[in-house]
Amino acid sequence: MSARRIFAQPARYAAIAPYLWMVLFFLLPFGFVLKISLSQTAIAQPPYVPLFDLTEGWEAVKAAFAQLSLDNFRLLVSDNLYISSYLRSLFVAVTSTLILLVIGYPIAYGMARLPRRWQPVAMMLVIVPFWTSFLIRIYAWINILQHDGLLNKILLALHLVSTPVVWLSTDSAMYIGIVYSYLPFMILPLYATLARMDASLLEAASDLGSSPRQAFWLVTFPLSLPGVGAGALLCFIPIVGEFVIPDLLAGSGSMMIGQTLWLEFFTNKDWPVASAAAIALLVLLVPPLLLYDRLQRRTLGAAG
Amino acid sequence: MARKVNSLSPFNVTSLALGLAFLYLPIIILVIYSFNDSRLVTVWGGWSLRWYREFFNDRAMLDAAWMSLRVAAVSATIATLLGTMAAVALVRGERFRGRPLFSGMLYAPLVMPEVISGLSLLLLFVALNAERGFWTVSIAHTTLTMCFVTVVVQSRLASLDRSLEEAAMDLGCDPVRAFLSVTLPLIVPAIAAGWMLAFTLSLDDVVIASFTTGPGSATLPIRIYSEVRLGVKPEINAISTMVIAFIAVVIVIASLASKLSSSQGESAAPL
Repeated sequence: MSARRIFAQPARYAAIAPYLWMVLFFLLPFGFVLKISLSQTAIAQPPYVPLFDLTEGWEAVKAAFAQLSLDNFRLLVSDNLYISSYLRSLFVAVTSTLILLVIGYPIAYGMARLPRRWQPVAMMLVIVPFWTSFLIRIYAWINILQHDGLLNKILLALHLVSTPVVWLSTDSAMYIGIVYSYLPFMILPLYATLARMDASLLEAASDLGSSPRQAFWLVTFPLSLPGVGAGALLCFIPIVGEFVIPDLLAGSGSMMIGQTLWLEFFTNKDWPVASAAAIALLVLLVPPLLLYDRLQRRTLGAAG
Repeated sequence: MARKVNSLSPFNVTSLALGLAFLYLPIIILVIYSFNDSRLVTVWGGWSLRWYREFFNDRAMLDAAWMSLRVAAVSATIATLLGTMAAVALVRGERFRGRPLFSGMLYAPLVMPEVISGLSLLLLFVALNAERGFWTVSIAHTTLTMCFVTVVVQSRLASLDRSLEEAAMDLGCDPVRAFLSVTLPLIVPAIAAGWMLAFTLSLDDVVIASFTTGPGSATLPIRIYSEVRLGVKPEINAISTMVIAFIAVVIVIASLASKLSSSQGESAAPL
């Protein structure tokens, strides 16, 4: 028996505590969401009719299963509020991801072309804001975007506008906030692919007579597509479920699914519908997650 | 000629400069305005520490800050312990029963929308009839942040040379002792970096804390959030600046730790 094998045995025991923790505080709570999404709303506190009480034995469990209802899900697909927030989440996530790509690509490209010893510094500079409190970064933008904030002052001083523009509570403010918060998520995977690229490919392209612009579109960009995919999914997935940014920066007109869930839960106290919205949101995220997983596997496979 | 294809063009330099300005200017402006004497956030009234004094006289805000620091310290510590154990099991445990579920549960919270994690934990706490407050928020934050710790420690552990452990065992150490006296000291910097990441993530969270806390025990982000919804207040600029300064210190320590961790010349994990 090799040393490796002997070691594996005690290492496995290290899994016990985190395993139990995750089953209790991650897996089990999901069961509750699923269960409550299938139960009826009640006015009592907590506001749902419990589906089953294990102390009452097997008969009670069977009776409870007979009561399961898809009413909350029926409500989700029949009420315009939910469908529109669902669609809005998708639309906002796609639009922001595209903006992030357009802004993030040139930055990542610039980083990859820096002299080697400057690249870690640039990478650090991109990561640091990610460590800084997310809420505070959004708040910083509220400062700038408010009615007599810095942005309007600059625009007025440059005579680009004659009266202050309303920025807060608009979609533009929300997009600025999202792009600002997620930019590092887009830049880092892009940079990782661009920095790994073999420079001799570009030399070959130039030797064969292509201009730098042609070489970029024919060689660099196609080779960076895995990074584009990873960055886009890393942004798209969390943006779909975003709550804080649209809540603080966008208008109250239309909501994203995360806001709808929050509203149902905290304001309307309709826990079953909130749970059903959570399940719906999760379902929305499964395809991009699977795609991301596949992309990662392929990249790792290609790297050897 | 060969050099030219890979050199910086003016376009590269401009996009880098604009990108970094975009990332940093809002924060710099926020910090500068926190020293503004004027009650109006947008009018400059001279340098002053007025809003910092205001914060230190604001009982509710101080309580919230204290609550947040305690939650962050407790949850980061438990998360580091559990996350490190999980990383050891994943890297060194090879195949064991339930491993796919285990790694799935550890990766899922990284991408899970916070509204879902918060909602599901609250439903659990309600079902268990647990009193909501310090401990429920700490448990929620532990669950989220231990996954980040696992990722950080796991990547360090996977890059370690196993022959060191094997040598220790050849010299008569049992596996546990070999791990404690050889491997553990080598991954301590990654564990420290994991702790700090967990700490700052906990200090930053507003959504999960809103779901899992009870009346009367708001964390700092929850209080900031409810103030910000009502509009800009100079005191919030001062609090934000202090949080930024605090996190900056944490980052410096963390990056020193990861420098130590990568003393063999390999680059450390970007977190």
